[in-house]
Amino acid sequence: MTSLAQREVVSSIRRGRRRGAVMIAALVSAAIIAALVAVSIGPVPIAPASVIGIIGDGVFSTGRGDWSDSAQQIVWGTRLPRVAMALVAGAVLAVSGAMLQALVRNSLADPYLLGLNSGASTGVALVVLVIGGGSALLFSGAALAGAIGAVLLVLMLAGVANRRGPLRLVLAGLAVGYALNAATSFLVFSSDSPEAARSVLFWLLGSLAAVQPLALAAAAVTAAVGIGILIVIAPMIDALASGDDSARSAGIDPERTRIALMVGVSAMVGVTVAAVGGVGFIGLVVPHLARRLAGGRHRVVLPISALLGAILLVAADTVARTAFAPQEIPVGVITGIIGAPFLLLLLRTSSSPAHTS
Amino acid sequence: MIEAEAVTVRIGRRVLLDDVSFTAQTGAVTGIVGPNGSGKTTLLRALVRATPLSSGRIALDGNDLRIRPRRWIARHVAEVGQRSEPDPSLRIVDEVSLGGLAEHGVLRSGGAAFDDRVADALEAVELSHRAFDRLSTLSGGELQRVALARALAHGASHVLLDEPTNHLDIRHRLEIVSLLRRIAPTVVIVLHDLDLAAEVCDHVVVLHRGRVAGAGRPADVLLPPLLDEVYDVTTHSHQGPDGRARLSFSLPSPNPSPRTKETA
Repeated sequence: MTSLAQREVVSSIRRGRRRGAVMIAALVSAAIIAALVAVSIGPVPIAPASVIGIIGDGVFSTGRGDWSDSAQQIVWGTRLPRVAMALVAGAVLAVSGAMLQALVRNSLADPYLLGLNSGASTGVALVVLVIGGGSALLFSGAALAGAIGAVLLVLMLAGVANRRGPLRLVLAGLAVGYALNAATSFLVFSSDSPEAARSVLFWLLGSLAAVQPLALAAAAVTAAVGIGILIVIAPMIDALASGDDSARSAGIDPERTRIALMVGVSAMVGVTVAAVGGVGFIGLVVPHLARRLAGGRHRVVLPISALLGAILLVAADTVARTAFAPQEIPVGVITGIIGAPFLLLLLRTSSSPAHTS
Repeated sequence: MIEAEAVTVRIGRRVLLDDVSFTAQTGAVTGIVGPNGSGKTTLLRALVRATPLSSGRIALDGNDLRIRPRRWIARHVAEVGQRSEPDPSLRIVDEVSLGGLAEHGVLRSGGAAFDDRVADALEAVELSHRAFDRLSTLSGGELQRVALARALAHGASHVLLDEPTNHLDIRHRLEIVSLLRRIAPTVVIVLHDLDLAAEVCDHVVVLHRGRVAGAGRPADVLLPPLLDEVYDVTTHSHQGPDGRARLSFSLPSPNPSPRTKETA
């Protein structure tokens, strides 16, 4: 029996899938344009056409154009790595936020709320202030260990093994986050090197000013692998977000999968936080926007979150480095300024009640 | 067919299920009833291996659950939980489509045939016209129907339902009841409403403090002496206008409470 209504539903299902693909393609173009514009803006403006030429020459040896050596130096030496880092970090933070919101089934969840940022920060602060500095890889390792340590502590405290529910995860995350923040503050406060303490404080606020090639490479590889895997297994995340009964009916062990995904996400966040510090609000706000645009299917929500997060962080970082040039503002300040009112606006116009528990 | 043999579940020193045996026949609706905390939901969870057994055995069409992979169980059993709190940003059609995951897996889509099944399921619960609405816009009863549609799209040979009529008004409850026989060959349903259990079930299992207090045809089992003991009430059975027995209850006391509560 196929009624008219049913045929309509079936064809709408297919139209919906195409619409998701179109939206992703549009955002990919927007991200590329945003990156080009961001690279061309700065104390020394470089025309976007020259930027394309410089990148083309560098990657495919398409030949020299009429740009100066210093322009080439600026693009490859400073601006491109910085913009690339912003793209990667924005994507990772937004995807992590979307994942955590789905996993703990709470629309306020983000890497901060679950203590991941705090864990990564404590790891980095320990390395800088106690060991006294180190390489980018050491920072990444410390942040990774810190974030994973934090999430394991959260999981242990919440007693996921005893299926105690997502709300306990949030509460445990808050507790662990506060404790680790206190530990970081204590490390900064008790440091006898004011210079190192200052650099940790600046890093805590989030900054893309000093992107290390190694940190960028680590974050980019982690992001590509991590986000790629998540998009592939997206229907699994839909089932988990839908409820434990629907996860089990799909052949997924809700508890174990939730733990595995949380550890994976925290690894991704750790490597990113090591590179850019504490950039807030992207993980909280962008997933809401993505869900608003694309519905709830994570196969679409995750790529859209990644792209929106990338675009937003590139834009915020461009403002951070140009608004009061040559003075730089920590990018976390800009994302906070944009993010807070934006979140309020989303909440005001939201038809969905904040979904807790 | 689901067979539970001497199923015992202990968590710490608490015994949640104690030597529970029953059979849910193919082609029948099997009801599980009992007071709060009697182990109904634990039993349902045990049937999909979500709660490990301390001892005993559960078999699905003769296959021991312990040695079957999770995915095999999922292909054969669909669950509709008690408090469905799905992701509110999902659209109805996407939630119902999750029913296909057990069959076609995470990496592949269900294809055109599955899209048709989703559309059929939506039609069956009368939600076709709202297929693209977000779950956040639905009432509790509508969410319950969406969950049922997911089980329908799943196409499993066994469906386990935990209080599926909880938030439903009379009309939609009747609809769900009429769907019960179509949803799967073997249906196990946890119910609070004993009159409803008597009406829709071919077989009922009464749980009391984790043990089977009685089992059999509703007309033989849902009777005053057993119910008085299990629920700690005074049960009155009388004939309804359609000739079927109806139950009403009052608090057991030397001076019976004047207010008798009719079951809805």
